[in-house]
Amino acid sequence: MENRTKFPHFLSSLRSKFRIFSKKRLSGDLSFKIFAALIACNVFAVLGLMLYKIIQESWLSVRMYGLGFLWGTTWQPVPPNPSMLPSFGALPPIWGTLVTSAIALLLGVPISIGIGLALSEFAPKRFGFIVSFLVELLAAIPSVIYGLWGIFVLIPFLQHNVYPSLQATLGFLPIFQGTIRGPSVLTGGIVLAIMILPTVSAITRDVFAAVPRSQREAVIALGATRWETSKVVMSYGRSGVIGAIILGLGRAVGETMAITMVVGNSFNMFDSLFDPGYTLASIIANEFTEASSPPVYISALMEVGLVLFVLALVINTLARLIIWRTSKMKVRAEVV
Amino acid sequence: MNRYMIRKIKDRIMVSLAYLALIIALIPLVSILIETATRGIPAINLSFLTERIPPLGQPGGGIGPAIQGTLIVVGIASIIGVPIGVFSGIYLAEFRETKLASATRFLTDVLTNMPSIVIGIFGWILIVTVIGWSVIAGAVALAVMMIPIVTRTTEEAMKLVPVTIREAALALGIPRWKTTITVVLSSAKKGIATGILLAIARISGETAPLLLTILGSRFWFGGFTEPTAALPLAIFNFSQSPYSAIDWPRAWGASMVLILMILGINVAVRYFTRGKYG
Repeated sequence: MENRTKFPHFLSSLRSKFRIFSKKRLSGDLSFKIFAALIACNVFAVLGLMLYKIIQESWLSVRMYGLGFLWGTTWQPVPPNPSMLPSFGALPPIWGTLVTSAIALLLGVPISIGIGLALSEFAPKRFGFIVSFLVELLAAIPSVIYGLWGIFVLIPFLQHNVYPSLQATLGFLPIFQGTIRGPSVLTGGIVLAIMILPTVSAITRDVFAAVPRSQREAVIALGATRWETSKVVMSYGRSGVIGAIILGLGRAVGETMAITMVVGNSFNMFDSLFDPGYTLASIIANEFTEASSPPVYISALMEVGLVLFVLALVINTLARLIIWRTSKMKVRAEVV
Repeated sequence: MNRYMIRKIKDRIMVSLAYLALIIALIPLVSILIETATRGIPAINLSFLTERIPPLGQPGGGIGPAIQGTLIVVGIASIIGVPIGVFSGIYLAEFRETKLASATRFLTDVLTNMPSIVIGIFGWILIVTVIGWSVIAGAVALAVMMIPIVTRTTEEAMKLVPVTIREAALALGIPRWKTTITVVLSSAKKGIATGILLAIARISGETAPLLLTILGSRFWFGGFTEPTAALPLAIFNFSQSPYSAIDWPRAWGASMVLILMILGINVAVRYFTRGKYG
């Protein structure tokens, strides 16, 4: 109490007049900052907890199969002979993920770059705005509806009109031999290609639009055609486009529902693209709810999830680093 | 033919190819919309929207519990996800230069692109293994998907608020945190609402996380710790049914309802904010 009365009177009146200096206000700002920061830290908690929990749940399988899990090719939750142990290896779904994603990029990337060029270089602004909106609507359609459309519209079309002639012309390649099946690795890749279009093309368009005017004007002044100009634009935005492609790859690798519905869901090391297969995501979606016993079955599926988590983490980190480093453009969160 | 002609022809070809790419990209969109409408609309009537889900292969009934379940799960997910997302976005926009902000921004983008099945696994481990297949588990999984989207759109919307508005408020002696919450936040509310709506549209159609958390059911909502139905799960189950004549039209009908919900939100949002974020 004594200390309080010692406080000079004129100072305390100053304090109440210029309240901006008051301790209370400062601590209000500070506590707001701390509060917001704590909430913003939720991503650390979520990602950290996710990694920890998935490792914890897959530990049984990690201990039993070791690194061999990654190149094992058997998947026997219930072994044919009771004296045998269940055995799990994830190479076929890894292989399926790689092949379907490769098909998706092979088909989707050229089209996306074409869209990016058309929207940023060739098309009139107003038209470009409407078409951009339509392409982005593709991203809004739920994955399960892509799957439904894939089963009942795309597969009958491909199976009767496209695949036979594909086999007739390119059948000498081993990847196009064998029985033609509708739900197959190739169909999965095609659906993925459609699904990555909005992501890759939206970023590509933004990357091209961010290329400085002077670059274009310089080549136009030399008498370049539109195509020659856009070659310069593409080479200037090269690394941004690579970032977009890697981000598209991330989407293709992680896509679950649509691919589960069209890829055929069969555990095998396929040779032909007309064969059914599995991907990392689809094997989890397809088997998880039925995987009640033995406990190592669930643990093996969790380890597949762990592989997927790490793959997605690496791919997305790479894509973000490239995109962030090369351009300051805004990539809108709702698209990507 | 001289060199100039060759260049000109090449130019024509490449530009047409770019436009062709546009057309190719729009074919699936148009096809999905037309097929869903033509196959889905005949299946929709009042009883389809309000009645209980019948067992596979049995005629009659509807998708009432699925619509109810989607609304409940998405609603709870939003209650969890929106405040967390908005406050994270505020932090990123207000303290954008800090190291923590760059790290958070980076991880938020990584989380946005996490495969949905991994989010489902997370929900399963975290909640289903403790209290069982439940509405709560599904809502938490969807909230995890929603938070990064809301965070980033809130951040972008708040960055668009002119610095002069903030300075005017600070000049009046309003402390910084109050300026942020009252002045900046309310100037950015349209952009933030846009982000929230788009995030809701995005999670309403998610199937994989729900498959591992709410499991699906044919019955009306029975409590927060019980499994429940949801539209995307209903579509998936109907599509896997062997009774093509009875269940496949239902899958299309449910898809039509889901697409109307999601595209409705998207088109409305774009219409009201046109020119601003385009």
